[in-house]
Amino acid sequence: MHTEKITSPTNILFCGIGGQGVLKASEICGIAAMLSGFQVRKSEVHGMSQRGGSVDSHLRFGKTVHSPLIMPGKADILVSFHAEETERLKHFLKKGGLDLTLFIDRAVQKVPDKRFVNTFIMGVLSAFLPLSTAVWLAALAQVFTRAQSENQEAFLNGLHEGKSHDIQRKN
Amino acid sequence: MNKIEKKQQFLYSGNEALARGAWEAGLRVAAAYPGTPSTEILENIATYTEIDAQWSVNEKVAYEVAYGAAIGGARSLYASKHVGLNVAMDPFMTSVYMGINAGFVAVVCDDPGLHSSQNEQDTRWVSIFGKAPLIEPADAAEAHWFIQEAFVLSERFDTPVLFRMTTRTAHAKQNVPVGERTEAQTRPLVRDMAKYVMVPKNAYMRHIKVEERLVALARFAETARFNQVQKGPAKLGFITSGVSHAYVRDHYPDAAILKLGMLYPLCEKKIRAFAKSVRELVVVEELDPFLETQLNALKIKFRAKHPSYRIGELRPEYIPAIVTGKKKTDAPAAVRKPSLCAGCPHHFVFHALKKFNAFIAGDIGCYTLGALPPYSALHSCICMGGGITFPEGLRRGAPGQSVIGVIGDSTFVHSGITGLINAAYNKSKGLLIIMDNAITAMTGGQEHPGTGKTLKGEDTKLLRIEDICAVCGADTVDVIDPCKHRELEELVEKRLKEGLLSVIITRHPCILKK
Ligand code: SF4
Repeated sequence: MHTEKITSPTNILFCGIGGQGVLKASEICGIAAMLSGFQVRKSEVHGMSQRGGSVDSHLRFGKTVHSPLIMPGKADILVSFHAEETERLKHFLKKGGLDLTLFIDRAVQKVPDKRFVNTFIMGVLSAFLPLSTAVWLAALAQVFTRAQSENQEAFLNGLHEGKSHDIQRKN
Repeated sequence: MNKIEKKQQFLYSGNEALARGAWEAGLRVAAAYPGTPSTEILENIATYTEIDAQWSVNEKVAYEVAYGAAIGGARSLYASKHVGLNVAMDPFMTSVYMGINAGFVAVVCDDPGLHSSQNEQDTRWVSIFGKAPLIEPADAAEAHWFIQEAFVLSERFDTPVLFRMTTRTAHAKQNVPVGERTEAQTRPLVRDMAKYVMVPKNAYMRHIKVEERLVALARFAETARFNQVQKGPAKLGFITSGVSHAYVRDHYPDAAILKLGMLYPLCEKKIRAFAKSVRELVVVEELDPFLETQLNALKIKFRAKHPSYRIGELRPEYIPAIVTGKKKTDAPAAVRKPSLCAGCPHHFVFHALKKFNAFIAGDIGCYTLGALPPYSALHSCICMGGGITFPEGLRRGAPGQSVIGVIGDSTFVHSGITGLINAAYNKSKGLLIIMDNAITAMTGGQEHPGTGKTLKGEDTKLLRIEDICAVCGADTVDVIDPCKHRELEELVEKRLKEGLLSVIITRHPCILKK
């Protein structure tokens, strides 16, 4: 995807359940996109559903973007922190879109603490997006004021994981 | 808020952008009661030292404080969710008669799709009913701009301004370029009794002013920058507003669109001219047929959404079906139900209450989740404060039935206290439980008088809930930690048997409390 020239917006759907850091994840990606000079639109849910219910966050960026919501069948990438939520929202993914759900298990194995699972997956995601590692790290530092070095490490491990996966995919 | 220094542009939600815009406009006083999707407005406003910002006890109080500040001469703002304005309707209606001194804006956030609300009411109607101008931004960048214009509008026409957001404008984020603060001139407080004392004679005279003002506002709407035309081919044109505009643009990026940002009074001439300029006109609006009704009254020919789309929020994928007038086919997606956090003190209370087979009249808060399995131990939930008063009615209407009222600490302070006084005064008996987790939990943990802290995080007088229950006239008041669930069960059983007006305060902090 990062080799394509972006004309229509990139659509990424983040999902999981309350407390998993879904909104933080889309925030980091959104800030990274904004720092890269893109127009960003992003939806969030607050309140009731954050009590362990389904949480999703739509993120779109590009030259011009209008709607904060992605249409079914139009998401380029699905970033899920919960397999059941993937099932629920799979229909948003476009044909041939990228589903990062399979990285949840990898993340759990690789990070020292459950808290860093979403940062690891952000690293994986970054391997597939036209945003530089520098802006990602800047976005990470803005959103996570605590445990910054651990978060950076988890992110870079995720990036590595994503890159090797991307190479496999292309071969 | 995440501050990006480069070019002074921030990834702001509508609420954050609105807070920033209001600050830039010289806002001095702001008051609100938390409620999704409006909560972040005051949380962000509170970060600016120039603004005197508060969580009020409820929306009526918030409205009166903020409005009073405007009469006092400082630009001020009220914010709440849609149902919050219901609580503040009394001062709102008459404030429109009185007008303002310094600019005053009432921000109200609707919740189409019921993401976190008890109904889907469409606040736009309130503008017609209350005779106040209504502004609605289409996104966060417009919220930042329009809120500044709203203060100007308020002062130019001597009127409170209704500023309507929805979940998708309040909580959607985008790049928002920002500016700096301009101090607004404070205005002297004057004793203008004909304007501020709404006795019948004065109110009659003010009503004349209100009607004249509406005519002037309608004239202003014709050229107001709130309403924008995007030119396009004459084949198909749209009239739309709010987030619906973005959905239309996604499908028809180059179509002719009249985007309304001032929804009442409407720019009649502009609408007529636009309608004439296109061969086919479609009105796209979320929830009620608000624009539809007004355009019908103007005898303009257009197509509107099938009535089935009045229920639930609009989504971008609905646009083609709306344009062709088709019925809504999809039901809300199956979502994982929210539930009480693991370790939440409310678990113990519902665990205990379940044993008594009583009708449990609830209220608005995390504890409403007690209605869901495994407890299924909450049998009504209507509004803030209803956990005290509704059970009184149930007892009167269904004597002999076992009824227990349940309410939260913040909710009790919001509007439960008057209900308790009413119960004592009218000799109602029965058990009421105040689930005191020392925070406004559902909206993400806001302070209230029972926490002893203000919105700005300062220490303040602490309202002792047990004391106020006693002086309101409760026969017995107990405070117990619900984690001692055996003791709690025994206590509930004892109080139920006694048949007095009893309050049990189950006190244990929300586990998310910082
Ligand atoms: S936020 Fe607090 S009160 Fe609400 S469910 Fe979680 S622990 Fe309970």
